[in-house]
Amino acid sequence: MSKNLEMQTEQKIIGNTLWIKVPQELDHHSADQICREADRLVRERDIGEITFDFSDTVFCDSSGIGMLMGRYKMMKALGGTVRAVQVGERVGKILMLSGIRKIIQVEQKAGGKTE
Amino acid sequence: MKNEMKLEFDSISANEAFARVTVAAFMAQMNPSMEEVADVKTAVSEAVTNAIIHGYQGEIHKITISGRIEEQQLQLEIADQGVGIQDIKKAMEPLYTSRPELERSGMGFLFMEAFMDEIQVSSKPGEGTVVVMKKMIGQHGA
Repeated sequence: MSKNLEMQTEQKIIGNTLWIKVPQELDHHSADQICREADRLVRERDIGEITFDFSDTVFCDSSGIGMLMGRYKMMKALGGTVRAVQVGERVGKILMLSGIRKIIQVEQKAGGKTE
Repeated sequence: MKNEMKLEFDSISANEAFARVTVAAFMAQMNPSMEEVADVKTAVSEAVTNAIIHGYQGEIHKITISGRIEEQQLQLEIADQGVGIQDIKKAMEPLYTSRPELERSGMGFLFMEAFMDEIQVSSKPGEGTVVVMKKMIGQHGA
């Protein structure tokens, strides 16, 4: 409806890596916003890798899995990769359950038992 | 202990967070563990997202959540009056999605089943869908 529904997600491009800071809660609502923005940047710029930084993320549902799978398929078609980094305990559990670790590189947060 | 609540809200995606946070607040009196709260929040988020995307297909109508606490059992009923599900068994198969173009993972019901003790889905095409989920809370010892 208005501008305040726009994403508060941080992102930057370093070299040919698109770095995206995933918000605290990754659900259908926030995943949709991230996908739109990421897809636009991948179309417009020369991106070889998308890194999703989960350091702030304490909630993730199957929409987050859909987001990762979709970006994986897109990047694979372009010869690129997708990584999930700084993954905390809860998100790690969701990613484990989904089986997405078989196709996407997942790096846990150092120290393990945070949040 | 017995307690009930009913929540009704519009099927817009911003309400996914509202729904799961409200349910988390409702179950707080059961002295749940952090993990139990996270499990229930995930399951609620899945059911509400299904109602928004599949039940109402993006149109804005009402979703209701009826919550019930009876001793250590939490029961949640999440209902929409949307298009309904033709084949519930198929809809609940892992990785099945009726909307592949939306990049759905097909894991919504899988997560509801994984994080709740029990889930029942009833639906009639053209009339809507009701998901009833149950979970025993606070079994982690005093």
